[in-house]
Amino acid sequence: MARTPAELVGAQPGPPFEITMDGRTVTALPGQSVAAALWGAGIVAWRTTRVGGRPRGAFCGIGQCYDCLATINSEPNRRACLVPARPGDTVTTQEGHGRGALGV
Amino acid sequence: MALSESEPREPRGSHELHGPYASHEPYDVAVIGAGSAGLAGAVTAAELGLSVALVDSSTQVGGQFYRTPEPVLGAVRPEALHHDWAAFAGLRTRQRATSGITHLAGHHVWTVARQGDDLWAVHAVTGADGAGERPVCVRARAILIATGAYERQLPFPGWTLPGVVGAGGAQAMLKSGLVLPGRRVVVAGSGPLLLAVASSLAAAGARIPAVVEATGYLRYARHGRALATNPHKLLEAVVHGSALLRHRVPLRTRSAVTEVHGDERVEAVTVSRLDAEWRPVPGTGRRIACDALAVGHGLAPQIDLAVGLGCATRATADGASALVLDRLQETSVPGVWAAGETGGVGGAQLARTEGELAAYAVAARLGRRTPSIQSAHVARLRRRRDRMRSFADAMAQAHAPGPGWPEWLAEDTDVCRCEEVTAGTIREAVADLGARDARTVKLLTRAGMGWCQGRMCGAAVACLAAGADGEVEPPAERRPFAVPVPLGTLAGLEPGEPVEPVEPVGSPVSQEPPEKPAGPDR
Repeated sequence: MARTPAELVGAQPGPPFEITMDGRTVTALPGQSVAAALWGAGIVAWRTTRVGGRPRGAFCGIGQCYDCLATINSEPNRRACLVPARPGDTVTTQEGHGRGALGV
Repeated sequence: MALSESEPREPRGSHELHGPYASHEPYDVAVIGAGSAGLAGAVTAAELGLSVALVDSSTQVGGQFYRTPEPVLGAVRPEALHHDWAAFAGLRTRQRATSGITHLAGHHVWTVARQGDDLWAVHAVTGADGAGERPVCVRARAILIATGAYERQLPFPGWTLPGVVGAGGAQAMLKSGLVLPGRRVVVAGSGPLLLAVASSLAAAGARIPAVVEATGYLRYARHGRALATNPHKLLEAVVHGSALLRHRVPLRTRSAVTEVHGDERVEAVTVSRLDAEWRPVPGTGRRIACDALAVGHGLAPQIDLAVGLGCATRATADGASALVLDRLQETSVPGVWAAGETGGVGGAQLARTEGELAAYAVAARLGRRTPSIQSAHVARLRRRRDRMRSFADAMAQAHAPGPGWPEWLAEDTDVCRCEEVTAGTIREAVADLGARDARTVKLLTRAGMGWCQGRMCGAAVACLAAGADGEVEPPAERRPFAVPVPLGTLAGLEPGEPVEPVEPVGSPVSQEPPEKPAGPDR
């Protein structure tokens, strides 16, 4: 019986690469979304809500719920479940609407 | 993102059409969605000689059901995560064999507008998450809407904790990204998808402490005829059931997760027995340790583009809105067809049949020399469609949420995840402020006003708005912008270009009159 998803489908991916999540190094496989790479590292939250400041991460997994919004390479409100991970990506926890620097 | 080769090489205004977009402009038909219904429709239409634009948000065809890893992930056996892979492989082979399909991958359609008597404009934004800011407009003589479904959710205490994910979401992340949300995953909710999700997660290495289904499968027995005439559905259940047995996954029916425990992420869930109306039975709660919960209560048709065009809708047996379709898959708006889950959730095989049927109907309408829609083949397709539709209706009835589910809620449970609106706030709007429908609740509380436009909370808000004894009105699924659109895209549209919904010019089969399209309210 397969023990990992990759074993189940006989995956032979290209060389893994690194991204960072709040400074922590995370290993991603080519073809994975940012959310998939974070799940693969056991990370399930990368946003805090506007009102309660509560942690959130991927929920619907198909780009419909917008709970997985992350700040990727300084750009807020990217849907991590849709955006492909790229070598060197810098992901940071998005606080609220992600535009705190605007002071609004 | 690796867009398909048909991606334009330079930015363009929505009216400048050249390169690959221009080669067939206007297309005979624009198919929106490249899942089972859309792919079958596009392939059939192309084989009948039509020029087809296949517009889809993903990088690869297959939709949600046949979601596959990106090629660079090198999956040798993607079929290990899929049921009935051969049918999909067959469609892809036919797609490659025809030159009539322009596959516009990574195109997120935000509206469809009428441009004249026989011309439609499909407006899209591009990029992995639609943030590419390259607006595209594709014109076609006919529209086939094959936008599928999204997962329906019902809230409960703790459902916003990280580690709680949609059952379909867990499946999608597994199929495309080869990842799991945790090591011990409880699968809960209602509907046939749960068994498929649990067996995939288990096969991929997750421990499944329990599958928790709110209904009792005995309810299927009331629909014996629909089951007997759809043996493939029984086979599917046997395949998933035996997989669960093999992985020693216990199935608890007439039960629900009524609370999630944990501070920053899931640590355990409480599973309670339900009565026939889905009220938790006091004193039956049992705590199950887990680090993730995959939850869903069936699927809801994704029909916002069609609703924006004024297409008539109907309430499904499980309280969702689906499109009203005639015998050949046409909506109440002439020139706009639909196939698959948009007409009521019924699965991939039904979707393929409807896509094919719609393609014949479009070809006949456009006056192509094709096999007549009176042909024996089309008659066979229609019979198959009707048989599978009756099964879909039986399934919807069997898994319809019981009226007692709101008793799962605590006053401080977030119902609207985006705007963080609690059950207590919504109940106050209903009990004290007189709201009787979801729209009034939204205006009073902001429930449904956030990024997801009510997709996650719509079903729940509709139930709460109706009150304990009121008739539940299905969510309207009216979203003038089906996906977020940068202001720059709107500013780039030519003045006078119609993007507002257009009144239908007749409704041959409307069971209920289409509601007047409302203006944007967010």
